[in-house]
Amino acid sequence: MSAPQASPYGFRYIGAKRRTKEHPRFVTGRGRYAADIALPGLKHVALVASPHASAKILAIHTDAARAMPGVHYVLTGDEFCAATDSLQIGVDAPKVTRWSLAHDRVRYAGEWVAAVVADSRALAEDAAELVEVEYEPLPHVTEAEQAMTDAVLVHPAHGSNVILHRNFVWGPVEDQFAKAEHQLSFRATWNRNATVPIETFAVAAQWHPGTEMLDVWASIQMPKYPDQTAKALRLPGNAVRVHYDVDVGGSYGVKRGIKHTVLVGYLAKRLGFPVRLIEDRLENMRGGDMHGPDRTFDMTAAFDGDGTIRALKIRAIDNVGAYAGRAPFQLGKPVSAICGPYRIGAVGYEPVSVMSNKTPQEAVRGFGQAPTNFALERTMDRVAQFLNMDRIALRQKNMIRNDEFPYTIPSGSTYDSGDYHAVLDKALAAIDYPALVTRRDAARKAGKLAGIGISTCLEPSGGNSAFEPLLNPKNETTTWMDSCLVRIDLSGAITGIMGTSSAGQGHETLVSTVVGEILEREPSTIRVIHADSLQALPSNSPVGSRMAIMLGGAAAGAARQIKETLLTIAAHNFECAKEDLEYRDGNVNLKGVPSKAMSWDQLVEIAHRKIHAMPPGVEPGLQAKFVWEVPTGGGLPTADGRIQIYPCYAFECHIVYVEIDPDTAAPEIKQYVCGHDCGVMINPDIVHGMTYGGIAHGIGAAFYEHFTYDDNGQLTSGTFMDYLIPSALEIPPVKIVDHCTPSPLTTFGQKGSGEAGYLGAPAGVANAVNDALAPLGVEVNTLPMSHLAIWETIEKAKRKA
Amino acid sequence: MSEALYPIAIDVNGVTRTGHVTARTSLVDWLREHQNLTGTHIGCEHGICGACSVMLDGAPVRSCLMYAVQADGHRVTTVEGLTQPDGQLSILQDSFCEAHGLQCGYCTPGMLIAAQALLDANPRPTEDEIRDAIGGNLCRCTGYQQIVEAIALAAERIAGATR
Repeated sequence: MSAPQASPYGFRYIGAKRRTKEHPRFVTGRGRYAADIALPGLKHVALVASPHASAKILAIHTDAARAMPGVHYVLTGDEFCAATDSLQIGVDAPKVTRWSLAHDRVRYAGEWVAAVVADSRALAEDAAELVEVEYEPLPHVTEAEQAMTDAVLVHPAHGSNVILHRNFVWGPVEDQFAKAEHQLSFRATWNRNATVPIETFAVAAQWHPGTEMLDVWASIQMPKYPDQTAKALRLPGNAVRVHYDVDVGGSYGVKRGIKHTVLVGYLAKRLGFPVRLIEDRLENMRGGDMHGPDRTFDMTAAFDGDGTIRALKIRAIDNVGAYAGRAPFQLGKPVSAICGPYRIGAVGYEPVSVMSNKTPQEAVRGFGQAPTNFALERTMDRVAQFLNMDRIALRQKNMIRNDEFPYTIPSGSTYDSGDYHAVLDKALAAIDYPALVTRRDAARKAGKLAGIGISTCLEPSGGNSAFEPLLNPKNETTTWMDSCLVRIDLSGAITGIMGTSSAGQGHETLVSTVVGEILEREPSTIRVIHADSLQALPSNSPVGSRMAIMLGGAAAGAARQIKETLLTIAAHNFECAKEDLEYRDGNVNLKGVPSKAMSWDQLVEIAHRKIHAMPPGVEPGLQAKFVWEVPTGGGLPTADGRIQIYPCYAFECHIVYVEIDPDTAAPEIKQYVCGHDCGVMINPDIVHGMTYGGIAHGIGAAFYEHFTYDDNGQLTSGTFMDYLIPSALEIPPVKIVDHCTPSPLTTFGQKGSGEAGYLGAPAGVANAVNDALAPLGVEVNTLPMSHLAIWETIEKAKRKA
Repeated sequence: MSEALYPIAIDVNGVTRTGHVTARTSLVDWLREHQNLTGTHIGCEHGICGACSVMLDGAPVRSCLMYAVQADGHRVTTVEGLTQPDGQLSILQDSFCEAHGLQCGYCTPGMLIAAQALLDANPRPTEDEIRDAIGGNLCRCTGYQQIVEAIALAAERIAGATR
């Protein structure tokens, strides 16, 4: 093993290259994922899915399935919906109810209609084929703007397909438009994709009649999951125990199987034996309810001839699909950075969330920010093109300068810190921009289509849920805490306890590094466990790029209390003031007198065994909890809809060089540099890994990934043959250039990075393709820019010529 | 409808494991459900993602596309079989830890199998050869970069160890 490299920030462990705590179990095949949980007597669920995009359910015949040997139960919506409550909805639309199983009516192809429980998954699938459902097909609608006419209603009781429609005006928008020398408008479209983890959603549940408690093991990444499960099952919150020590095989936002969990929880309680549901890939893609934003932006920019952007008007129509959980809020989070890294004084924003007969949408990495950044960055390039101005110069002119922080944007969020110009300069230097321009121009001369794309984007981080009260005045959620418990046992070993599950973000490494930093103890000796939901302190789960800030801050807070306790014990025994002591590696000595010392072991032993040596009023044992509220959070929106959303703002700059074969239209990314500033990196390998992964995910969104529907409302990309996830052959080598502007709001200056790369890559790639197409006089403003779409655009240009 | 069971004997990681399976039991289900070898993961069950990769007689195969009865009499290596007999990490496994070649760990067993098969056949692969070898294994966390670096590091270390 190579020696750890030192921290560039002067910390002991934070920022150093160190191995993660999690990897050894994964490389040996000893991870413990939800599908690995073996429960005695476990039975298996298969689902009957709707073949129609919209239909009335006339009858369900289950006799043949029930009669099959090995089959224990067939559950339909009639029983289930009577016995459970509708899942919760974020926006104010109480008549948009949603259960795990349909009853009376199906609203999208793939919606679950019945669940079969059998001895094995294979038998359950056999029996599911014997369930006969009589449908009366109804008209359906899949396109958002068509749905907005309300000619076909997805939820007639709601009276409209529009579930959210607001009109925000932040600053003197009309005034700025009147004063501006120019304006331009265009439409940018971000089609449906998702993060599509390699592990599908899996959940197992077991009911204990003796204690009246439901145990749940799931591949979950979701705030308020135990509470919502309990509520839907009409159980008290303390009757649901979610085991967070389950490894989650990737999530990036979407592992929110609340409908899966309520179904399996109900079956486990109803039947008296443990029950498990593991989505197969088609169930995951079609009926797993994990599609991402499906959004059209109508962008209008007002600007002057010198490149100053005065104001923006943004109308964003998002197709949330057949039901709505938190998905409409994905139009709210981008309010946090609605004008990107730019000094734009006025913004009009009209978000519209529309239901349709498509699969329901769920949170996806960035929570709506990546599509918004794509629309903003296409706007910047179009303004530059309009003015015949250099794209870099336009960005440099409008970007907030490093001496302007903290900087409050029109929608109310204050950006904490940044040095956008420095990061852009670093990235340009790293790619040798003049040489890249020469390369592009030479390629063009050689007959290729070649383009350079640039994007400069923000990643709001430290997620709270301030968009909830912004978009739903009845919802006064203003706290979004996270917490950590640190405990020193009698042997002196340290355990950090967190209250949520992890999906590859390295939280055990995070907590151990931070606690080790404060207590000056080697992180590799610190154990970190994921408590179950009844033992855990409150957590709002790893959403909104928040754990480095929130869990890191909580772990530091708890560790500092432990350190204070150790100092207090030593001061009491030395009969001196705490200020007379110094703390080194866990040992405490009188300042300047190294011989007058108490060791870590001695201090721990006093805390655990010797109350007579403890200072009065100090609790024996050695543990501390810390619950941390999101910095800057806590406010409700003003009457005109201004609110501080996330606290910290990381910056990323993508420079992408693409060549397109003029005959086949095949695009190839030849060079890729990402300049990135997320403040202090607690573990640089983890931050870089997430950034590489986010970029790959963004390249997928830009070129390949699309949940397509046909005229019958059928998903036509439900397998990996049709929904194209980029492999190592499509993703180019990427060079990341780090920069560090610490956040003044966080414990160590860290910002979030869980969405890094993904927030700027689609915009950078789209700008590169459009630079390549520019000589032909055509452009593409719709993602994904599939191979076919690029070819058709080139052909259109040829016909025009 | 009672399904017929067929006897099988498969050498898994050097130990012969026997059992009776239905004809339709996939190799991955047999490994996971019957043998409790849960290191091999299921991702798509249609042969694209590579999460279920195991070696069959030394060559990587998709254990979701293969029936357990087809592996009867053959030699199967899973991720559990890559670890050294004394429990130490192999050079490849250790290199994945060193280069941070994983995040959630779900695709990792399949990646390790694909990489081990590459290194067995080609101990000094180029970056293109590494990318080609893992081209059939999808990862959503890493963007592949640190995986490629991990495999290159392993190749370098193996070369160093045998020099």
